[in-house]
Amino acid sequence: MNTQKPETKDEVVILFAGDSGDGIQLTGGQFTETVEIFGNDISTFPNFPAEIRAPAGTLSGVSGFQLKFGSIEVFTAGDQYDVLVVMNAAALKVNLQNLKKGGIIIANTSGFDSKNLRNAKYIDGENPLTNQSLDGYELHSIDITKLTREALKDSGLSVKEIDRSKNMFVLGFIYWMFNQSVDNTVKNITEKFKNKPDLAKSNISVLKAGYNFGDTSETFSSRFKVKPAKLPKGKYRNISGNQAISLGLVAAANKSNLELFYGSYPITPASDILHELSRYKNLGVKTFQAEDEIAAIAATIGASFGGSLAATASSGPGIALKGEALGLSVILEIPLVIVNVQRGGPSTGLPTKTEQADLWQALYGRNGEAPIPVLAAATPKDCFDMAYEACRIAVEHMTPVFLLSDGYIANGAEPWAFPKSSDLKPIEPITNVEGMTTEEGQLLPYKRNKDLVRPWIVPGQKGFEHRIGGLEKEADTGNVSYDPLNHQNMTKTREEKVLKIAEDIPEQQIESGPDSGEIVVVGWGSTYGAIETAVRELNEEGKPVSHIHLKYIFPFPKNLEQLLNGFDKVIIPEMNRGQLSRYMKQELEINIIPHSKMMGLPYHVEEIKQLIENELSHAKA
Amino acid sequence: MQKPNNNGNSSTLTPKDYATDQEVRWCPGCGDYSILKQVQTVMPQLGVPKENTVFVSGIGCAARYPYYMNTYGMHSIHGRATAIASGLKASNPELDVWVITGDGDSLAIGGNHLIHLLRRNIDVNVLLFNNEIYGLTKGQYSPTSPQGKVSKSTPLGSVDHPFNPLALALGAEATFVSRAIDRNPKHLRDTIVAAHKHKGTSLIEIYQNCNVFNDLAFDLYSNKDSKEENAIYLEAGKPLLFGKDQNKGIKLDGFKPVIVSLEESGNSTDDLWVHDPEDKIKASILTNFFDYDFNKGDLPRPFGVFYEKQRDTYEDLMKTQIDNAVSSAPIELDELLSGSNHWEI
Ligand code: SF4
Repeated sequence: MNTQKPETKDEVVILFAGDSGDGIQLTGGQFTETVEIFGNDISTFPNFPAEIRAPAGTLSGVSGFQLKFGSIEVFTAGDQYDVLVVMNAAALKVNLQNLKKGGIIIANTSGFDSKNLRNAKYIDGENPLTNQSLDGYELHSIDITKLTREALKDSGLSVKEIDRSKNMFVLGFIYWMFNQSVDNTVKNITEKFKNKPDLAKSNISVLKAGYNFGDTSETFSSRFKVKPAKLPKGKYRNISGNQAISLGLVAAANKSNLELFYGSYPITPASDILHELSRYKNLGVKTFQAEDEIAAIAATIGASFGGSLAATASSGPGIALKGEALGLSVILEIPLVIVNVQRGGPSTGLPTKTEQADLWQALYGRNGEAPIPVLAAATPKDCFDMAYEACRIAVEHMTPVFLLSDGYIANGAEPWAFPKSSDLKPIEPITNVEGMTTEEGQLLPYKRNKDLVRPWIVPGQKGFEHRIGGLEKEADTGNVSYDPLNHQNMTKTREEKVLKIAEDIPEQQIESGPDSGEIVVVGWGSTYGAIETAVRELNEEGKPVSHIHLKYIFPFPKNLEQLLNGFDKVIIPEMNRGQLSRYMKQELEINIIPHSKMMGLPYHVEEIKQLIENELSHAKA
Repeated sequence: MQKPNNNGNSSTLTPKDYATDQEVRWCPGCGDYSILKQVQTVMPQLGVPKENTVFVSGIGCAARYPYYMNTYGMHSIHGRATAIASGLKASNPELDVWVITGDGDSLAIGGNHLIHLLRRNIDVNVLLFNNEIYGLTKGQYSPTSPQGKVSKSTPLGSVDHPFNPLALALGAEATFVSRAIDRNPKHLRDTIVAAHKHKGTSLIEIYQNCNVFNDLAFDLYSNKDSKEENAIYLEAGKPLLFGKDQNKGIKLDGFKPVIVSLEESGNSTDDLWVHDPEDKIKASILTNFFDYDFNKGDLPRPFGVFYEKQRDTYEDLMKTQIDNAVSSAPIELDELLSGSNHWEI
């Protein structure tokens, strides 16, 4: 029996890596659930290979599941791993560079046979597990395949079936390592295989074998304890960004008493929203998988005209195709939500990698003067709030609204203190505007209220028949008009209508740090976690810096300029070439220190800290 | 949000009630005028409340159409009317949705959406104004212009092989495929009524004369001196007859249509091909009368309903699926928000 006393840690980063067929995502998901229920805060990030079925054991086929959990608040899935679990040689080769110095490696030795080593391109069959090259790390080579087979030798299952459950051995072992119970996973396995009790039984015995292996194997010295985090009281669930967007749309439809119509064409990394929403037929959700990106938005425009809460999502290349239809929705002035789950570009770019380079596309990517409000979600759970907000603004201001997410938060997940539906802000469609029918009984479909919003008149209402279209229209009547002054006025009116939304959004808050001072880091979108962690850590070190995170990018919150004027330096790190920086420079009179990362990867906390430290020391010099 | 109901009726309405105060801006003499008039004429007979009727168009001369119909309407963007109408009808099946499109709008830039609308069989009526030319952009050849067509963009004649719109529609699994012509108003009205009656996507290809850029393109089928020899009108259950005093007929020799003269002895109407709109193979031969048209006039151009078949509509299937899901696994928003796996801190 191993009697080693566990070492207590504030937070731990683990990466599970192996072939796509190794059950890596499932293992990560189970571990996540267990520590969540235990009370840790956690942030997770799956890393899928670009190829659907790359050949087994190859470098391009490595799938990963990264997670950071802690007894303190966790905002990112971590820069570097404390523990690296690798099922084969390729998984080690790809991920070793991000393992902390002295970090722990748990390696499945049967994934390091000569074939695997060759596939992973280790020269001349050199085996890293035995050639001392890993001396700087705490290496634990375990023949997981063999131990799994042993545990199930009497199960009557085929070798192939047995080998498929080796991820359960790993999971059991990691539970032991972090002092966690196997109970929740046992419950889940029982549930999952309730029609196949044999498989349930075998998976559970492998899980327990893994746990017991830790307990009995003398050689093993590392065991850790991560205490529960002090999270606010409440009910929690785990949620990914794409799930949260889907729920936000459904909730908004429900609270506005509208049917949700979602038109979409499959594209990475936005497709999961379509998958998710197509499961909510029992809430009346209509999903329409269109023949292409253009039809996807065109159908939603039709549905919006027809009185539904209409939304579409895509990623950069798909959004490009939707450009003309976006212009139509601007000039029609109908509610529409367009989600862009950004990925690396241009063109097909890096479909499975993250980037924030479509901000300008959202702000400017249309012909003519076609202003569309732009919102951006900061974290997986924030995707819910921002999707809900996008719907609210679209419906209450009769405008298309862009919501920007990206691959990192779309697939990343975290615990979410989900709201009660009764706590959600009501959403009121504008169906009536004073004076929309003249005394002579003429309908004025482009009459506006004080917010310059026109009424949403859905077909089917007697006496309200009217025509709308993509040609410039006369003020009030909506009739086609080529009048020069009218075009000038309508252009300005459509812009002012969008600018007035600033009156209807929350004021900008400071996430962390003092309200004014030397340095503020301004971010938007998925850089939230890295910036927030960096700023908190620096504050703890006694370095007063602040973090402002923009969720409303167009229009900006009213108080933003004033807030920023309270700081000497504004640093903006972005996963693009400075799109927010330059946009902000043009809108506000401030000096900005831009920083750009274009690697298809999120910022590391250390990178942001370094950025800030550089500016701090400059200030001193 | 208020949804339409079908309780109202349109029986007290007249064609005039469907006209708007907007000045109609097509070129004088354009075939579009006749089509507008025929639609306005039949509208009151269709039994649909005016407020439930929506016309959606794309871009092109024909696309101005919704502005002239006193119903709900949308003049959208090039090629996308079919896609917009799909979303409109799927989201709000109570509406009576019409698409007005042209040969450029629905066979060039919007070809993809047209075929997908047809295969989904969304209950929308598509009036495809085919004038075999681009009118609004002032005279380039279109996807239906015959090879060799001299136009602004093809001064030496077009080398493009044209689309056969109805063969394309059949290939796309359309459930109602028909052809009419602007200069035969009665037949056009009948075809519109039949198309409206069909539940599912109805396509009417309407030969429409563009007297400015492609005058007389369909003269053969409308000129009183030539139409009898060159146009054949299909009627379900009736033999295929045409010519002066219906003196000619069409017989099938295997799969090959041949013209027979009923004036010659030995030929009787009993041997002729009897039109059966439910027969897809024969409908396909009819749509391909083009292919036998080596020397113009060999086979007459068919008009009428080529093919009609009942098939579930997309919006009905969608609704059934939702209704079943709602009744078999009802769920409240709060349940959805909490998910199946949550915990308390
Ligand atoms: S250009 Fe041709 S199709 Fe267009 S309105 Fe004039 S005549 Fe009609």
